[in-house]
Amino acid sequence: MFIKQLSVFVENKQGALSKITSLLFENNINMRAVSIADTQDFGILRMIVDDIDKAAEALKNNNTIYKINNVIGVELTDKPGSLATVLEILTENGINVEYMYAFVTPGNRDSAYLVLRARHNDRAEQVLKDNNIKMLSEEDIQSI
Amino acid sequence: MGYCYQPEIEQASREKITALQNERLVNTVKRVYERVPIYRARMEEAGVTPDDIKGIEDLYKLPFTSKQDLRDTYPYGMFAVPMRDVMRLHASSGTTGKQIVVGYTQNDLDIWGDIVARQLAAAGITSEDKVHVAYGYGLFTGGLGIAEGSRRLGCTSIPVSSGNTARQLTILQDFESDAIACTPSYAMYLGESAQKAGIDTSKLPLRAGIFGAEPWTEEMRREIEKSLNIKAYDIYGLTEIMGPGVAYECSEQKGMHVNEDHFIIEILDPETHLPVPDGQKGEIVFTCITKEAFPLIRFRTKDIGTITHEKCACGRTFVRMSKPMGRIDDMLIIRGVNVFPSQIETVLLQMNLSPNYQIIVDRKGVLDTIEVQVEMTDDTFSDTISEISAKEKALADNLKSVLGIAAKATFVSAGSIARSEGKAKRVIDRRNLV
Repeated sequence: MFIKQLSVFVENKQGALSKITSLLFENNINMRAVSIADTQDFGILRMIVDDIDKAAEALKNNNTIYKINNVIGVELTDKPGSLATVLEILTENGINVEYMYAFVTPGNRDSAYLVLRARHNDRAEQVLKDNNIKMLSEEDIQSI
Repeated sequence: MGYCYQPEIEQASREKITALQNERLVNTVKRVYERVPIYRARMEEAGVTPDDIKGIEDLYKLPFTSKQDLRDTYPYGMFAVPMRDVMRLHASSGTTGKQIVVGYTQNDLDIWGDIVARQLAAAGITSEDKVHVAYGYGLFTGGLGIAEGSRRLGCTSIPVSSGNTARQLTILQDFESDAIACTPSYAMYLGESAQKAGIDTSKLPLRAGIFGAEPWTEEMRREIEKSLNIKAYDIYGLTEIMGPGVAYECSEQKGMHVNEDHFIIEILDPETHLPVPDGQKGEIVFTCITKEAFPLIRFRTKDIGTITHEKCACGRTFVRMSKPMGRIDDMLIIRGVNVFPSQIETVLLQMNLSPNYQIIVDRKGVLDTIEVQVEMTDDTFSDTISEISAKEKALADNLKSVLGIAAKATFVSAGSIARSEGKAKRVIDRRNLV
C-alpha cells in the first residue's frame, strides 16, 4: 500500500518557498505533512496533501516543476521505540531509506505517522506488510 | 565516387589546388592594390606591396577586411571594376547594422552559378530534375543564387520565392519538384504544414533539399529529412563573399567542401590571429581569388568554425569546414580559455536538458569562475537530492571536458531565466574588467 507524495523543485533563494505555499493556499490545498530537503543551491519540497490532483494542476498552470511518486505511509504508536522498530525491520532486510519525515494529528493523539521512501520501495512495502506494520492508504490520508 | 559537376577541379590534387590559389591570389592582390583605394592604403600602412605576395604562404602579411570597412565605403567604395562591368547588385539585409551592397560581373555570376551547380550535383541533382526555389528572390542572394546554379547545371528551376505555404505545397505536388532550396527553419515549417494538410511526403518525387542562410542543428536535419522524406544538404555562403555556395555539402554529410579554387579559407585564433590546426576552433576568414567586382581580402566573418584536410569518402579534395558554431562576438575568455555559448548548448542538447540556460562569469579574487544555470525540467527533476545532484555533477563533468575548464552547474526554476523578446540573455559577465 502506497500513498502519493508531491515533490516540488525549489531554488535556494528568498521567496521561492513562499511562492509555492501561497499558490497552494490560493487553491485551498491542505498539507498533511511537509518536509524540505536542501542543498546549497536548491531544495526539494515534499508534501502529502489532501487533494493531489488539484495541487498538481495548480503547479502545472504556474509553470512549476513537480513530481508525483509513491511513498510509504506508516502509522505508529506514539511512544518511544516505535520508529526504531520499523527501521530495524528495514535494516535487517537490507533496505536503505532515501528519506523520511513524520507528522502527528490532533485528532489521533495516540498515533504518529511516518512518510518514507526506500531505494527499493516495493520491497520495503512487502517487508513492512510481512511484519504487520500498519500502513496508510490514500483514503486514510483523506480522513486523518 | 560521387557524381561531380566539375570533377577536374573538385577532385584535383592538393598541389594543383595550391598552385591555382598561389597564382590567383597574386593576381587579385595586384588588382585590388591598383583599383581599390582602401586596400592600397591598408597595405601601405602595413608596409606590404603586391610584390611581397608570392603565394598563399604570404597571405598572413595582408591586412584584414571587416564588415565595418564595407559600411564605411558604402555603397561602391570597395568595387574593383567600373560600374559598366557590373551586371548585378545584391545587398545584405542589414539586420546587424547598416546594409552593405555587393556587385557581380558576368564572370562573377558564371562562377557563382558553377559553385552552386557543384552543390546541386553533390546532392544528386541532374539536368533531368526540377528544383523548387523557396528562398526569397531579390536583393537577398538566396533565390537568384540557386537559380544561377540550376541554370549552369541545366536543370529546371521553379522560382516560387518565399512565403504562401499553401501554394508552396501545391506546387511541390503538382509541379513534381525533385529538390527544394530554402532556409532550414522554413523547411521544418513546410514539413509540419505538409503533415497537417495530410500530404504523404513519401509519395512525392522530392528527394533532396539544399538548406542554408541561417544556423541549424543536426536535430533539425533529422526532423526535416523525416518530415519531407528527403536527404538534407547544408550549403554555406555569405553575401560579402558571394552568396550561397561558398562551401557545400556532399552526401557524406560530414562538413562542407570549401570552393578553394575561388576562395581561400583560414581559421584563425581570435586572439593571436594565427592559423589554428585542423579541428581546432577559430574565426573563419575568407579571401576571394577570382572575384572581379567585389573581391574581399581576408574578410573576417566573425563566425567560429573548424576545418579539416582529411580525405573525404566522396572523392572531393577541397577542405571541409564545419557549420559555423557561433559568433566571435559571443566568445568569452575565461582563465585564458576561449569559451563559446554554442559549446555549452551542445552539451545541454546531448544530455537532453533544457535549452534555457544562462552563463554567469565572475571573478573571485584573481580567479575567473563560470557557472552554467539551466532551467529544471520535468524529465530532470526527481524527489531525491542524490539523483538531482548526480545530474548536476554529470553536467559539470561534461562541461569541463568540452570547455577545458571547470564550470559549476546549477539547476534553477523553470521560467526563471529572464527572456527578452522570447530570447534568453545568455551571458552575464560580472567581472569588472576595465
